Amino acid sequence: MVHTLTGVVGTEAGAVSADVATLRVTGKRLVAEDVLTLDLASPTGHRLRDWAPGAHVDLVLPNGVTRQYSLCGDRWDPFTYRVGVLREPAGRGGSAYVHGELDVGDLVGVGGPRNNFPLVPSERYLFVAGGIGITPLLPMVHQADLLGADWRLLYGGRRRASMAFLDELGRYGERVQVVPQDEFGLLDLPAFLGAPRPDVKVYSCGPAPLLAAVETVCADWPPYTLRTERFAGEELTGPVRQAPFDVELARTGVTVTVPADTTVLDAVGAAGVEVLSSCRQGICGTCETTVLAGEPDHRDALLDDQERAAGDCMFICVSRARSDRLVLDL
Amino acid sequence: MTATLNSTPTLPANDADPFGAEVLEDPLPLHAALREAGPVVHLTRYDVYAFARYEQVHAALVDWQGFQSAAGVGLSNFRYEEPWRPPSLLLEADPPRHDAPRRVLSRVLGPRALRRLREGWLADAEELVEQVLGGGEEFDAVSALAQAFPLRVFPDAVGIPQEGRENLLPYGDHAFNAFGPSNDLVAEGAPRVAELSAWVDAQCARDVLTDDGFGAQIWAASDRGDITPEQAPLVVRSLLTAGVDTTVHGLSAVLYAFATAAAAHPQQWDRLREQPSLARVAFDEAVRWESPVQTFFRTATCDVRVGEHVVPEGRKILMFLGAANRDPRRWADPDSFDLSRDPSGHVGFGMGIHQCVGQHVARLEAEALLTALARRVDRIELAGPTRRHHNNTLRAWESIPVRVRLGRR
Repeated sequence: MVHTLTGVVGTEAGAVSADVATLRVTGKRLVAEDVLTLDLASPTGHRLRDWAPGAHVDLVLPNGVTRQYSLCGDRWDPFTYRVGVLREPAGRGGSAYVHGELDVGDLVGVGGPRNNFPLVPSERYLFVAGGIGITPLLPMVHQADLLGADWRLLYGGRRRASMAFLDELGRYGERVQVVPQDEFGLLDLPAFLGAPRPDVKVYSCGPAPLLAAVETVCADWPPYTLRTERFAGEELTGPVRQAPFDVELARTGVTVTVPADTTVLDAVGAAGVEVLSSCRQGICGTCETTVLAGEPDHRDALLDDQERAAGDCMFICVSRARSDRLVLDL
Repeated sequence: MTATLNSTPTLPANDADPFGAEVLEDPLPLHAALREAGPVVHLTRYDVYAFARYEQVHAALVDWQGFQSAAGVGLSNFRYEEPWRPPSLLLEADPPRHDAPRRVLSRVLGPRALRRLREGWLADAEELVEQVLGGGEEFDAVSALAQAFPLRVFPDAVGIPQEGRENLLPYGDHAFNAFGPSNDLVAEGAPRVAELSAWVDAQCARDVLTDDGFGAQIWAASDRGDITPEQAPLVVRSLLTAGVDTTVHGLSAVLYAFATAAAAHPQQWDRLREQPSLARVAFDEAVRWESPVQTFFRTATCDVRVGEHVVPEGRKILMFLGAANRDPRRWADPDSFDLSRDPSGHVGFGMGIHQCVGQHVARLEAEALLTALARRVDRIELAGPTRRHHNNTLRAWESIPVRVRLGRR
């Protein structure tokens, strides 16, 4: 294998930074009944932001809807993200849009990756996946295997044909138990999880009733043994905007208009207000800026959901505005 | 003469010793020669590859897949050689083992976590500056400020006891020497290694640390299972190894920059006085300009094509951060310390997944010290000959005598 070193070339006058917040759909494949995977890559061929198993991205779809999807590809490939998307009949324009409308070649906005479900070090792991909840667990089992941990996966679904990634899981042999409900009934969690033990971590992702059942079985296990991820609820914020917006700099008294193709960082810099930055990808946190008014459109990989909801700060190298106007403490 | 179309051009070679006294005293000529020689150069003395241009250094820093750290970020290749101490879980680790310790420490040292320290550090800096100025208008900026301030606030923030703090600087100095070859600098430190290592390791134990510092927060993460109890002391050790000397030399760099710029551009200090928010920009510009951490190695995980050449799998590559930070291909007038420049994107803190996890701590220390100094002093200039301190990795100062003029309160 020969790997080629490729860099982002820029100068002080014209610093070039990869636009990590807009990616192109480069692949769309049906991998099970009602489940498809999307491959995403930089339109300019740049590296994507690094991630670890359990991470998700916020996809801003061309119809303005934002949805969170777990990354389920290969982190050793820095140029491609893969997400799995279940068609949800009751969904409101996210999954239906991805299945019906979104095409290879389309551009999508991307926030993150962020990780609320990290794989912590352990000698043993028990993974429980229900349906599309397999997506964050897929890179986890790969990693657990790579680290030589003792692990097993219990994977339930409605029917075998509806269960994604069975081919990729096949190589792990008996470590993976595939349990389609129409063949075997509900998951036997007590049998799979066994007696509580201190050297195990239990990871589960799936529908709410499955997580509740896992929590019940693990109720008497040592604290912090069980880690779960719920499917993200419907997006509460308004749709993102493509149109320019105004940024008012409270300390300087200047108002700057930020066009669609310019970052807030560059726009305020052009107005003579220097804000120190470093990675220009929403990763390092150097350009953190206090938000006094307005609703940010967060595209960073740093703030968790609560910190985002607080709306009191943003990373202006990548994040933008959902409101017509932002007031920043600059 | 015949020529084949697909012949590989000769790899540029350089026989200088990047860790020799001459280069450590003034690395700039070697940096310029390496940048000019090409995107990749063979350092014959150690049989390693070198990147000195911004483009390649930046690209290698972010490419953890192709350029690993787990084989050591010094000259020693951990694939074949025993490290002098158990490897760092952060600096000398690759994903996936790197993930959990990094995640924990990023949170503990993140900008949001530091907010609670801000007021206290600003007050500490004012107190220190007041004390130093009380002793006269001439002093050594290295010992009086650049060393004194981090030693005053950082060990408290970590939560280690008072006793033995004088070991921090020599331990860090040796750790950073140990990334280079086993030269005279390493030999000078060797007699105290066992004693210093034992002291540092002892400070990482849970019951030695205060219950509200960075150290305690790292141990609390192990209670939650985010890292293991075996990892916690090594993560604390990373703070004590990498958190002191680097900041000392970063602060020395910015003080030196203002003191030397005084002759040619006295208005830079005036600008800082008028606009204290420039302190952060000034510090990062000094980190770009001096690059307190000059070099780190990586190891190729596979054959890596760099322009017309291939760095073979398993070989060490020396990344010259200091050379990249003065690469004229990236920076206009790179040799000048310029407050009107945007230093963003410099690689003085590294870049990518191993980027300095303490950078926000360092910036806060610098902001506090510069703000306090700018409030009281309206002119700072050199008062005598400066003296470098040689270290295999750090661009360091032994002494920067300065004279200040007190401003109006």
